[in-house]
Amino acid sequence: MKFIDEFRDGTLAARIAARLAAEVETGRDYRFMEFCGGHTHAIARYGITDLLPTQVRMIHGPGCPVCVLPIGRIDQAIRLALTRDVMLCTYGDVMRVPASDGLSLQRAKGRGADIRMVYSAADALELARLHPERDVVFLAIGFETTTPPTALVVRQASLEGLGNFSVLCNHVLTPSAIAHILHSPDADLAGEQTASIDGFIGPAHVSIVIGYAPYEAFAHDYRKPVVIAGFEPLDVMQSILMLVRQVNQGRFEVENEFTRAVSRHGNQAAQAIIDEVLERRATFEWRGLGDVPHSALQIREPYAAFDAEKKYALDFSSVADHRQCDCGAILRGVKQPTDCRLFATVCTPENPMGSCMVSSEGACAAHYSYGRFRDIPVVSTPEPASTPATATTPAQTA
Amino acid sequence: MTSNRGEDRPRRNYLRPLDFRHGRIDMNHGGGGRVSTQLIDELFVPAFDNDWLNCGNDAAVLDLHLPEGHRLAMATDAHVISPLEFPGGDIGSLAVHGTINDVVMLGAAPCHLSASFIIEEGFALADLKRIVTSMAAASRQAAVPIVAGDTKVVERGKGDGLFISTTGIGVVPAGRRISGSGARPGDAILLSGTIGDHGVAIMATRESLTFDTTVESDSAALHTLVAELLDALPEGAVRTLRDPTRGGLASTLNEIARQSGIGMQLDETAIPIKTQVAAACELLGLDPLYVANEGKCVIICAADQADRAIAILQAHTLGREAARIGTVTDDPHGFVQMKTGFGGARIVDWMAGEPLPRIC
Ligand code: SF4
Repeated sequence: MKFIDEFRDGTLAARIAARLAAEVETGRDYRFMEFCGGHTHAIARYGITDLLPTQVRMIHGPGCPVCVLPIGRIDQAIRLALTRDVMLCTYGDVMRVPASDGLSLQRAKGRGADIRMVYSAADALELARLHPERDVVFLAIGFETTTPPTALVVRQASLEGLGNFSVLCNHVLTPSAIAHILHSPDADLAGEQTASIDGFIGPAHVSIVIGYAPYEAFAHDYRKPVVIAGFEPLDVMQSILMLVRQVNQGRFEVENEFTRAVSRHGNQAAQAIIDEVLERRATFEWRGLGDVPHSALQIREPYAAFDAEKKYALDFSSVADHRQCDCGAILRGVKQPTDCRLFATVCTPENPMGSCMVSSEGACAAHYSYGRFRDIPVVSTPEPASTPATATTPAQTA
Repeated sequence: MTSNRGEDRPRRNYLRPLDFRHGRIDMNHGGGGRVSTQLIDELFVPAFDNDWLNCGNDAAVLDLHLPEGHRLAMATDAHVISPLEFPGGDIGSLAVHGTINDVVMLGAAPCHLSASFIIEEGFALADLKRIVTSMAAASRQAAVPIVAGDTKVVERGKGDGLFISTTGIGVVPAGRRISGSGARPGDAILLSGTIGDHGVAIMATRESLTFDTTVESDSAALHTLVAELLDALPEGAVRTLRDPTRGGLASTLNEIARQSGIGMQLDETAIPIKTQVAAACELLGLDPLYVANEGKCVIICAADQADRAIAILQAHTLGREAARIGTVTDDPHGFVQMKTGFGGARIVDWMAGEPLPRIC
């Protein structure tokens, strides 16, 4: 497309690719996890793997907000919308995630539940203002990127005394998840181990909020390099080069490729509002990772009136994923989408069986939508057919 | 082409004319009684103003003297869109352009349209009049008259303001075979202009979105553009024409690939897109390849005619940004592949469900 800015320049990409090819050491493998779905998507959409040396393998991490939301949490929202007559608002991506009983929020909507897609937490708050006669619930999900807006609307609702507004808070925390992945060979998740990983591409937008200091402890403890990178394809290429260099030199530091947006301590005003309104949960279930201690946020007691879990006395029950769905192993980096027997046969973006096939940031959806041609033999480019094709011959359908 | 242009519709004088300033549609406007006839007499007939409608009959009689070998093409399209009015058009003009384009994509010259309106009780007459006037202007500008119509009113809450369904017919000259199954390996894939304008214009207008953009819908009738192309190229050189509406360019290319049993290789850097559209898509997490267009056309033609075709398209106001975006391949898997501007490769797949914005 003509809209190619400096971060999508193919010539620069080729230059980094050449440097990568020169710097990877023969006989050595480099396995890097890109934590964020944003990076997974960029890698697939721009075909970045085509530019990497064969020794460099990218492993998709659990940083896709929709993918890690466990079925039980979506069930909660669906129950709320179907049986308690609330107006449930959430982000578009969440609508299609499969839940129990063959339902999803989208299907529940088809059954008469009032479910609205919003683009921001503020839009949900506005709906509550516009419909004082309705109980409006915002299903909040996501990593630290989308957390400050959620905290803000809770505080705003409290200031305005909007009694008809509440939030079903499912925000999760990035550093806890990364530490958990590194830690879990002992944790023994369903008998499988996590993949051995030589380094991480750290989150872009999340790090704008939290800064890069929070990654320093585990980079040091687990001796793994981390490079914070932007979501543009050149950012990803550059960060891979930086990781390769750290591995070659035996370093395990937190480096910041995304200097145009990320500082060491992040956005402190945003952190302050999060801290005022939200607190850590003792534990939270992640799809794929299971229960991860201190890995998610809930609404603090002074704002309990706006906490949908309390307001509607919702309890959470854990629901297992589809038996054959490998999302869990994929989210831990142990398996690839093509390892799943349902991939591209039963499970497609039109009919997702697991959460990784829903959002375009999910590993399965990204591979299905952008990369599945790689799984089959390449075909030749043909000779052009000549013009005076007889107009009346029906075209051959080879 | 002549018609049995008949006697004038008897003009009735109603006690009180319709109040196009403050009035609203009620159930009577679709009831078939005097009130619904008044709506037709005072709004639709004068707006669309042609001899067929003026006759006041339930159907239009068309005298089509088709030369030997010529055939009729017919298409129908229901239009539901929110908002009803958007930068660059409204549901009325869209209903005219959309159906004309469907007929045109088979290589036909469009000649007549019919329209039916499903109006929700309580809809403002002022809005209806504005939309009908715009629809009439679109039909006049395209020189394709709306010769028959129908109006129904549904109870409040049972419709989304206004739905318009249009049907069109057109004449396909003898010997012309343009079809989605006509693409063959080696053919050139052309696009008549920038992608994503319509979808982005719509999304920008929807209340829940708050970004400023000057993007207008590209809604337009493509028959003159296509006629110039088909007249200038040897018959048979153009294999396939299709307008990439819902589902965007990506879905249209996949449809053609499936129908023709071929694959495609695209070059991302060749696909024209306006900077504001690209920026808006970026903001929304949408891929412009999946965003709707209403005035663009994909042309698959013989490779040796591609340069000429591009020159012809670019000489027309609706084709200024026309470009060759790729080549048809013999991929047995029917993949539409693309070389990205970044230097990698990807598939351009069908759209899955509605285009939903990403979160992160
Ligand atoms: S392909 Fe579908 S079922 Fe298999 S792991 Fe991915 S999301 Fe789960």
